[in-house]
Amino acid sequence: MSEKISLSHGGGGRQTHDLIQGVFTKRFGMKDPMTDSAILTVPSAMIAFTTDSYVIDPIFFPGGNIGKLAICGTVNDLAVSGADPKYIAAAFIIEEGFGTSDLEKIASSMADEAEAAGVKIVTGDTKVVEKGQCDRLFITTTGVGILREEYAHISSANRVRSGDRLIINGSSGNHAVTILAARRNLTFDVPLISDCAALNHMIRKVLDNNDGVHFMRDLTRGGLAAVLNELAAMTGRGITVEEDSVPVDEPVRGLCEILGFDPLAMANEGKVIVVAAPGEADKILNIMRSCPEGKDSSIIGIVTEERPGRVVLNSSTGGTRFLDMPSGIQLPRIC
Amino acid sequence: MKYVDEFREKKLIMNLADQIKRSATGEYTFMEVCGGHTAAIHRFGIPSLLPPGIKLISGPGCPVCVTAVDYIDRLIALSFTRGVAVATFGDLMRVPGTVSSLSEARAGGADIRVVLSAYEALEIAWSHHDLNVVFPAIGFETTAPGTAVTVLKAASEGTENFFVLNAHKVMPPAMEEIIRGGTHIDGFICPGHVSVITGSSAFEFIPRNYSLACVITGFEPTDILSAILMLIRQISDNNPRVEIQYNRAVTPAGNVKAQEFMNEVFEPCDAEWRGLGVINSGGLTLREKFVNFDAGASFNIEVPHHEPDPVCICGEILRGVSRPDECVLFATACMPVHPVGACMVSDEGACNAFFKYHVHE
Repeated sequence: MSEKISLSHGGGGRQTHDLIQGVFTKRFGMKDPMTDSAILTVPSAMIAFTTDSYVIDPIFFPGGNIGKLAICGTVNDLAVSGADPKYIAAAFIIEEGFGTSDLEKIASSMADEAEAAGVKIVTGDTKVVEKGQCDRLFITTTGVGILREEYAHISSANRVRSGDRLIINGSSGNHAVTILAARRNLTFDVPLISDCAALNHMIRKVLDNNDGVHFMRDLTRGGLAAVLNELAAMTGRGITVEEDSVPVDEPVRGLCEILGFDPLAMANEGKVIVVAAPGEADKILNIMRSCPEGKDSSIIGIVTEERPGRVVLNSSTGGTRFLDMPSGIQLPRIC
Repeated sequence: MKYVDEFREKKLIMNLADQIKRSATGEYTFMEVCGGHTAAIHRFGIPSLLPPGIKLISGPGCPVCVTAVDYIDRLIALSFTRGVAVATFGDLMRVPGTVSSLSEARAGGADIRVVLSAYEALEIAWSHHDLNVVFPAIGFETTAPGTAVTVLKAASEGTENFFVLNAHKVMPPAMEEIIRGGTHIDGFICPGHVSVITGSSAFEFIPRNYSLACVITGFEPTDILSAILMLIRQISDNNPRVEIQYNRAVTPAGNVKAQEFMNEVFEPCDAEWRGLGVINSGGLTLREKFVNFDAGASFNIEVPHHEPDPVCICGEILRGVSRPDECVLFATACMPVHPVGACMVSDEGACNAFFKYHVHE
């Protein structure tokens, strides 16, 4: 393989074949013959199906890279829907001149992450575009998961009731602040890594051991603030959050203070909010805490009948205010 | 977090709120002039801690809120000028001009970049000799020294491709304008960061000439509550004066070095404030010897004058006459995602803070 990706790698001929064989299929465990579609056996009447594009800048960041993100993000979208992630399709748009060794590193971490999460990358596509037509590398992953019928309600939120407890699996905002610090070359010493992680094993353990989960969603762009506002709107109920209970790491607080951001509205890539029946919340919390991705889990709030559709924050200083849906962008290309 | 947590301690806050409740004997209207205070007051839910007789109103202290529509139109016209890149503070990106915002101009192909300081804009000029880099110089005494130092640096380096489109403003004349305009105010929560530069002496004319209470305060909940308590005490003692609560940062004389930089580069001028009109000596203009750095003088950017949307009451809100929720556009046609007036754009804008945080409908 040449050192840099060139337009001929996207031409459909020998070099394309070399790129696919040399970088992707071996790592992803794909077997010949390469067909136009992966043929899958799905042992269930219900599947969960999702897709997401990744355009993050920088593509390598503390705690991960665009490839790891592309697997974790899609795995998490399936897992929070109550599904068991099974298969992933990956499409790559590569800018001419991109380093082959970087592409190999990215493909390897995708393979590692997929193996750890127990999913297979079964099909994909590669396009190379002229210099300047995309920024280095964009990846789209599409995922399929098996959904048992008893979990079909989870993504709809239709079992969410007043009194349900909200549980988060750890600190808010680490991904966004890590990317911000890496991007801006801020002269701050930010001892942080992205929380980028697949959550399907933790979620599986929760679902296998407790039937009190009423809703789940991963907290990506817009962070906790966006998801709680979506949930309030979906259910027509109010949500009250205790600011003191939401874990936020010191470097995240510090950078947010300086730049005027709200840590609760910052993006994450390994965080989920679980809405649990009141009587089951402590048990679910303990299950989550027993998993590495959930060791800092915390109950942060409650679903209420008050102020339907709105999220109220009891601030750590004793005041009360709305936690509103964030608007605009704090930082583009964060995932 | 050090230097933060001690000013957010719940016990202290509740104690202050309790003292305020016991000291407040009537109705009070206090104006916070600084946008940073507006944001902090709502973010920490300060109104929910105050007795109903104490009303906090927001003044004209959000830099983008008081920036005239014509200025935004000129910036957008500049951003589409061949060979020009606009390097701006992020706050300005979504401020609506007559037909669009900088954000929309960028989507339309204009070269617009977000920077965190004037100096960063100068660095872009140094690394892109083929570009004329324009920095929109907005803000009060807090940001003006940074612009001044950057212009001095550009001058000493002989930089020829760096310009500022200047709209710097100064705060005390605007406060006087509001008092004279008849807004009912019992006391001012004076700006914190502006006062770090100007010193408390800049506000002495307010108690002297208008017998109004003034407290300069910081941005933490205990700072703001302490300031409110101090204002109430000034009023009950009938002893209006300028007190410094924010004494960890503010002195009577201020930052003399920064004042010197400002005076070297700028001189006072009449300036248009959105909502307040033209204020005598309400702004700063580049001195003649720095005219080469003036984007207004260096590029031909005449734009037709437009009045802001007549239904939008940003002007009344900036004068403290109306509350955001008294505007018919508030939370209907005007929201943070599609602001009509500038007060809805910036995190420091009264409408934005009210929209985001307010729990008392």
